[in-house]
Amino acid sequence: MNAKSYPLPTSVVTSLLFIASALLCWIFADLSIVTRTPWQEFFRMAAGVFSPQWLPWPELLSALAKTLAFGLLAVALSALVGFLLCLYFHKRGVKLFCASIRAVHELFWGLLFIQLLGLHPAAGLLAIAIPYSGIFAKVFAEIIEESETESASSLPPASDKVSQFFYEKWPRIKAHFASYTLYRLECGLRSSTVLGFIGLPTLGFHLESGFMQGNYGLVTAMLIMLYVLIASIRVWARFRLMPLYAGVAAFYLWAPLNIDSTLVLSLVHDMSPLPLRNTQTEWWPWFSNLSSTQIFPGALNTLLITQIALVLTGVFSLISFPLLSKQFFPRPTRSLSHLLMVMLRSTPEIILAFVFLLLWGPSMLPAVLALAIHNGAITSHLLARHSNELELRLDASRGINRYLYEVLPRIYGQFLAFLCYRWEVIMRETAIVGILGIHTLGFYIDSAFESFRLDVAVLLIAVSALMNICVDEVARRTRRRLHLVKQPLVRAC
Amino acid sequence: MFKFARTLGCIAFGLLFTRLCLAGTFVFTAIPDEDETRLKARFDQVATYLSKTLAVDVRYVPVKSYAAAVAAFRSDQVQLAWFGGLSGVQARRLVPNSQAIAQGEEDQSFKTYFIAHSSTGLKASPTLPKKIADLSFTFGSKGSTSGRLMPEFYLRKQFARSPEVLFKQVGFSGNHSRTLALVQAGAYQVGALNYKVWDNELKAGRIDSSKVSVIWETPTYPDYQWSIRGDVDAIWGEGFTAKVTEALLNMKDPALLAAFPRSAFVPASNSDYKPILNTARTIGIID
Repeated sequence: MNAKSYPLPTSVVTSLLFIASALLCWIFADLSIVTRTPWQEFFRMAAGVFSPQWLPWPELLSALAKTLAFGLLAVALSALVGFLLCLYFHKRGVKLFCASIRAVHELFWGLLFIQLLGLHPAAGLLAIAIPYSGIFAKVFAEIIEESETESASSLPPASDKVSQFFYEKWPRIKAHFASYTLYRLECGLRSSTVLGFIGLPTLGFHLESGFMQGNYGLVTAMLIMLYVLIASIRVWARFRLMPLYAGVAAFYLWAPLNIDSTLVLSLVHDMSPLPLRNTQTEWWPWFSNLSSTQIFPGALNTLLITQIALVLTGVFSLISFPLLSKQFFPRPTRSLSHLLMVMLRSTPEIILAFVFLLLWGPSMLPAVLALAIHNGAITSHLLARHSNELELRLDASRGINRYLYEVLPRIYGQFLAFLCYRWEVIMRETAIVGILGIHTLGFYIDSAFESFRLDVAVLLIAVSALMNICVDEVARRTRRRLHLVKQPLVRAC
Repeated sequence: MFKFARTLGCIAFGLLFTRLCLAGTFVFTAIPDEDETRLKARFDQVATYLSKTLAVDVRYVPVKSYAAAVAAFRSDQVQLAWFGGLSGVQARRLVPNSQAIAQGEEDQSFKTYFIAHSSTGLKASPTLPKKIADLSFTFGSKGSTSGRLMPEFYLRKQFARSPEVLFKQVGFSGNHSRTLALVQAGAYQVGALNYKVWDNELKAGRIDSSKVSVIWETPTYPDYQWSIRGDVDAIWGEGFTAKVTEALLNMKDPALLAAFPRSAFVPASNSDYKPILNTARTIGIID
């Protein structure tokens, strides 16, 4: 990795463009701070942190087992589907299909499937597995693409496609597939927890109950369980054991499902736009009213929050990654920082956002910071791993000089690549803070579900998917302009 | 390995068997509004009581949102539900012939408190003070009767403007306890919540009256009720709806009633909730 492969001007220009767009958004965004008397609530939070309140064993174990079961089964399923899809990823239709299913946040898939399947476990499973299949397909396709450029075929020219795949490609990409699948497990466990917020009987279910009632002891206990679960993945997760784990999870979650066809029909009816069902409603007034009251403001707020949070994510990770890097700190400090980062990236954003909301009052600031810290902790972890691979000279400078002149220039291109990948993710996650009352598209989608206007919900979900696809495309072009297409893959949720 | 597979098979069969037995179970749920801690334990007692009284298997399933409770009622995963005023109206519109059968003693005349942080200088008054315009304001959950529907109705009635226009910021805290926490912290200046939650928190000593106080209370309206699906008589036998109603009205054990929390249940009917439906139509929550 030498400096030549990333021409400095392009990366600087890109950074400046990011910063300029964030500053522009800053002007329009409401980031005011109102501080009054949050200390009583903080005192209760602190008291809760120091006295975790554990559920009785059967309930705790069941929540833990279900978090694991939903995460494992969904990841296994989507790895399988993603694998099949990635074989056809060169087809435009498949690519577009994958982009649109992964552009919808799992919370929205969850809300949709709850309407369709009620409280059946399949609702939670599909909510995670559908977007994850789209992500797996994309990443697997990238892995294959990279492996292709590495060597020419060593098989006889007449060998068929199946043999070509399994004798030539598979041995080379297997390890990458396996490691990505295991990496995705962390995301799966987090998603299965977050879906507890809308009713899946996982750790998130009790986490939300505790949080909503101000029972911070319960919140602490559930968060500790989640941290332990995520930190222990590398102990028990093995690619070969995945089918077994998934099988046991399937047995554990299995429940008979009766789909009532009249119900499905009435839901399809509800999801079709109002003017189609009701002849008294005209298309244009309906759509223009929705655009001016929900689509446009929602899309604007989503964009404002995304752009500011993206730049703050970058700032956070640039500041914090040395704490995790062996180029800067000895092992004890790194281990401690590692623990802190696991906590920051595993704590659901909505809880971070609520703490900031108490502290600074209602504006976009809590949402922006919650997103920046969560995503920054992930990027920081990835950057540190990347910096650990650098080989510095024995007499290389130390401290701030090492940071500025040795490490930063060497990893900056990779840093921008990571940010480009986070872009799409951050936009998808604005959905979650929308539920706090910050009027993103997620806020309006949640409102539409709450008032049973499924047609509006579906339309808004489509709009947010479209925005995600656009951002994904811009990010891809930016990476290409930075010559970052052939960089090592980003392993992150 | 073979042994292992057999063991798994046995477990699977066991699970299958228990699930099949549950198929004839009468299932109910309750919207997540009051104290959610140990909700399952408390409602399981209610399930046991109903099981004994009705002589059928009764099970409680927990839900996280008003919308999920209504979706479960609509898809027949629950046949009986403890709804709020608004969610009950929404649910009964979606399930033909479903009925409201009982409400809490207190639900005949429920009310909402508007509360304000002390820094606003607002004091209790007989009408909503004009000074609340341009402050920041939070509702509770979007689908709540006492935390959203009725406060929005009275705000519109008095100021003839939507809350988004009237206030500097409008939030949805998620539930009544969060509304209280946020207004007490001063994060939002004004909020609206279920009066029973306020009373309970006051009793528990979690309200600092130097920081937050009630500035106005709404006129009374009907709220929570038990609603039952229209097809239960066809499944559990003629007169089953009447049996369930009677079991609910005869629930006298304070430990059971504390799950709601209500002092007793009294009869209710769909027409009791006409005012709620009309209000929801007025402010555009229902088309």
